[in-house]
Amino acid sequence: MALYLIRRFLIMIATILVIATLTFILMHSIPGNPFTTQDRSTSEAVQENLNAHYHLDEPMLVQYGIWIKSLATFDFGPSIKQPTETVNDLLGRGFPISAELGMWTITIALISGITLGVLAALKHNGIIDYIAMTLAVLGISIPNFILATLLIQQLAVNLQLLPAATWSSPMHMIMPIIALATGPTAIIARLTRSSMLEVLTQDYIKTARAKGLSPAKIVIKHALRNALMPVVTILGTLVAAILTGTFVIERIFAIPGMGKYFVESINNRDYPVIMGTTVFYSAFLIFMLFLVDVVYSILDPRIKLHKKGGS
Amino acid sequence: MEKILEIKDLHVHFSTYGGTVQAVRGVNLYLNKGETLAIVGESGSGKSVTSNSIMQLIPTPSGKIVQGSIHFKGRDLVQTTKKEMRAIRGVDISMIFQDPMTALNPTLTIGDQLTEGLKQHASISKAKAKEKALEMLRLVGIPNPDSRLKQYPHQFSGGMRQRIVIAMALICEPDLLIADEPTTALDVTIQAQIMELFKEIQEKTGVSIILVTHDLGVVARVADRVAVMYGGKIIETGNKDDIFYHPQHPYTIGLLQSVPRLDMDDDILQPIDGTPPDLFAPPQGCPFTARCAHAMQVCANVHPFTSHLSDSHQVECWLQDARAKRQPV
Repeated sequence: MALYLIRRFLIMIATILVIATLTFILMHSIPGNPFTTQDRSTSEAVQENLNAHYHLDEPMLVQYGIWIKSLATFDFGPSIKQPTETVNDLLGRGFPISAELGMWTITIALISGITLGVLAALKHNGIIDYIAMTLAVLGISIPNFILATLLIQQLAVNLQLLPAATWSSPMHMIMPIIALATGPTAIIARLTRSSMLEVLTQDYIKTARAKGLSPAKIVIKHALRNALMPVVTILGTLVAAILTGTFVIERIFAIPGMGKYFVESINNRDYPVIMGTTVFYSAFLIFMLFLVDVVYSILDPRIKLHKKGGS
Repeated sequence: MEKILEIKDLHVHFSTYGGTVQAVRGVNLYLNKGETLAIVGESGSGKSVTSNSIMQLIPTPSGKIVQGSIHFKGRDLVQTTKKEMRAIRGVDISMIFQDPMTALNPTLTIGDQLTEGLKQHASISKAKAKEKALEMLRLVGIPNPDSRLKQYPHQFSGGMRQRIVIAMALICEPDLLIADEPTTALDVTIQAQIMELFKEIQEKTGVSIILVTHDLGVVARVADRVAVMYGGKIIETGNKDDIFYHPQHPYTIGLLQSVPRLDMDDDILQPIDGTPPDLFAPPQGCPFTARCAHAMQVCANVHPFTSHLSDSHQVECWLQDARAKRQPV
């Protein structure tokens, strides 16, 4: 197990390194630099001074070296556009908010998605099944930014029940979370339903019934655990989807999360911020995928983390 | 002898998109205490449905017991509530299914699956339950049971898994064990071992066994009595000798002739021509009429009455009817 973790950790480092390199190449292959896009005209001398200050006049390889060094020390330096703040400051301020939004979303999507899916499977072809699956189709079809604007229109403007934007109290969190969680909820519900239906026809469920176990015990202990495998499998991609979803939703609801810096930094060509946020997000995603694998091996004993292949 | 189970006039129907399947059409059956009864028949003859009816494990809502009674220790299982039935399952009647590879939950340990029935039905301490599980594993011949309890199904071979399934079924000391094709999914050497195990367990615990199978070799090895099913009905019952040495129904005779035997020079097997009856619209008379070489006009129109050939041997065939004319042989 320890050996597996070490190997896995090294692979994670390598992946991040590849992503960092690609980001660097992409960023510098676009013509211009942070100072060429500015409206106000700066004199040649000032330009050169700025370039020299940010090492932008150095050869690419040297710049790459500086970038890798800053990556290794977790110090991405100050933002070019807002020199009073370092990238780490921005991450420290924005990430907790984005993480809060993301975690609530995934938690609510999992709980409601699995509940809906299980109910639909247990009442297969019944009224609950039809209602749940209609909701699921709607949830998958409606993009989160449409849902978000509809929610604002109805709940904030017309009914004036909830605040329309910003992020300061639980009341502010309701609409963004609903907007962001609906899609994943629908996906999880559909997946849980179909895999639950399959598991319920398995022989071991019949065996459990033949033992005289109660229906609740059969569903929770014997069926659900097996039915959740596919849900765990897509959890990695789902986290990625929610993460990118937060960019849009944060923008709509004016939430001061990471999304704002991420998008603005690209518009502004703010090199340190682009690099910092990209690598940070990649590392976060890679870590989530690792967690998914760990959960997978806990749920299914046939999957062993420390061994390659199975018996 | 004391009858532990008596099925009277059991009818089971399944409603499907294509219509209603009359899977079981008036089965009468009894089982004595400590006896092994084999229910034999080809696929679709209704043998598994009959055994599932005893456990009330017919898939709902499509399947339904429309008529008849199943008396077990003085109680009609057809009339019990779901809750009462749960208290009977696993405790009084246990069931073993065909494929040991799929009958165990892959995500739970053997120990957990062995003891959960026990924990459900009796308030028992963890240590006691474990003790009992070890005892059962020893009974079914699993080596090193102590270390095996913590393992998962995929760490066992097919034969071992079937032993575990049997241990699981017996852990609450049931009076009746229903084994639905317990050896079909196993290879021949393991089949023999498992059948020996059934015999051994019956001697030790006195459990009554209903063995559902299409394998006559298995029947000859362990059964005391045999019931032959065809087209949702039991067409012949008798003790083992009656059926193997004096079969009377043309279907039973055909069934025996289609089994390869080492002690016969004849290496030509005789299959029974034709296919089983369509149970969406079962024939009015004897279901075997269309395939029977001795079919008479009456066979197609009226189902034969039960002829009692001896105390143990009954057959439903017009050829054996008391009114049938017999030609001197």
